[in-house]
Amino acid sequence: MLWIICPNCGRRPVEEYRFGGELRGFAESITDPVARDVDYVWMYDNIEGITTERWFHAAGCRRWLTLRRDTITDTVIA
Amino acid sequence: MSEQVDFVERRARLQWHEPKPAYDVVIIGGGGHGLATAYYLATRHGITNVAVVEAGYIGSGNSGRNTTIIRANYGIPEAVRFYQHSLDLYQTLEDDLDCWSMYETKGIMWLAQTETQMRAERARSLLNLASGTETQMITPLEAKALCPQLDLSGGGRYPVLGGSYHPAAATARHDRVVWAYASGAMRLGVHVLQHTKVTGLVREGGRVTGVETPTGSISAGVVLSAVGGRVSTIAAHAGVRLPIRTHPLQAFVTNSYEGEFPGIVSDTELLCYVSQTERGQMLVGAEYDAQPSYSQRSSFSFLQHTAAKVTHLLPFMRDLRILRQWTGICDISADFSPIMGETGVDGFLVTTGWGTWGFKAIPAGGEQMAQLIATGRTPALLEPFRLDRFASDHTMADPGSAGTH
Repeated sequence: MLWIICPNCGRRPVEEYRFGGELRGFAESITDPVARDVDYVWMYDNIEGITTERWFHAAGCRRWLTLRRDTITDTVIA
Repeated sequence: MSEQVDFVERRARLQWHEPKPAYDVVIIGGGGHGLATAYYLATRHGITNVAVVEAGYIGSGNSGRNTTIIRANYGIPEAVRFYQHSLDLYQTLEDDLDCWSMYETKGIMWLAQTETQMRAERARSLLNLASGTETQMITPLEAKALCPQLDLSGGGRYPVLGGSYHPAAATARHDRVVWAYASGAMRLGVHVLQHTKVTGLVREGGRVTGVETPTGSISAGVVLSAVGGRVSTIAAHAGVRLPIRTHPLQAFVTNSYEGEFPGIVSDTELLCYVSQTERGQMLVGAEYDAQPSYSQRSSFSFLQHTAAKVTHLLPFMRDLRILRQWTGICDISADFSPIMGETGVDGFLVTTGWGTWGFKAIPAGGEQMAQLIATGRTPALLEPFRLDRFASDHTMADPGSAGTH
């Protein structure tokens, strides 16, 4: 089971949180502005490994936090 | 009984091959979709210089982890047409492949507890009727007649207002479907390479020309990714980005239930569904886990929540014991519809975005992808599901039909 450490509430089970998506910027390699918009709106990195994400502590302090998680082992790194 | 013996014998005669250095077509992923594509390439188009490369053993990924429901009651006309075609192919699969797939028509009911969901089901049944598949509205009493075990008060908390009923829904044995396609393809000379993990793609001047494996590279005229779950990783080797997130999907079975449970019960409010396997076990599934993950670990909280939900609806299940649970990782596309066809990189095709609804699409997905590879033209059934629909603003949004199974 996945446990997430909230800066306000401490170590709480994943059920209390809502997943807010991976954190990423515009793809720098795409130069065409339309293609860049399409990428920003639709595409995901969907990394197999360590990813940076936003999470919302819905059943707690109701604040957003950023964390790094390994999607292979499903453990929080930091 | 003799059918079973026949099947085992045919299975034992499978001829495994050593990899050749080059093939016309290399398919990554030896699950239902990959093997079906190889089978239809060989039978319909005479293309037998094909290899299916599988990291584990065939059917060990999501083809061996799904809940085997086959249905066509989708919420957009393009999807209804596609899945109805798949259902038709499933119905004749036993004759085509000369193999017993344990296909059994059961009928599925989608129960609704809110007026909003009743409206959605009414819209679904009308759209299904107009697009060539049968889905009717049923009253709570009709639901009770179809499934006497149902508690129409939903444990006092989720009273059933009605629902839709799709009589053509069925189940089939997942291993038999996978093995039938594998043996059918291999008899015609297709190579199935088990325990061969694809670690990269070979690229030459912007074109994909083969796959890298730990034992060396294999050249290919066309590479098709038919993997479930890890497609973003494979596509990244070709520089292709996909609107896909990989989520775990869990399920469990109980011990054997002596009573008759002939149909499939699904609830649109509680998001869970129940059917009985051939061995009498009750098979329960629910929605996929909220966070993307490549971990195939199961969780206790899934058992807890899902067991609570199904016992509201089917109180008899309180007396059953949970036998085992498992997890598959599925690629959920941004619009909850599959993505099939060209990727914009020459020589590299995908069939993906099968999320939680891939098993029912195996025959049609395989047949249509084979046609695309053989002719180089996208067949009409696949046209709506191309990857470039996202860029051209023609997404096939159908989350209500695909949420759980």
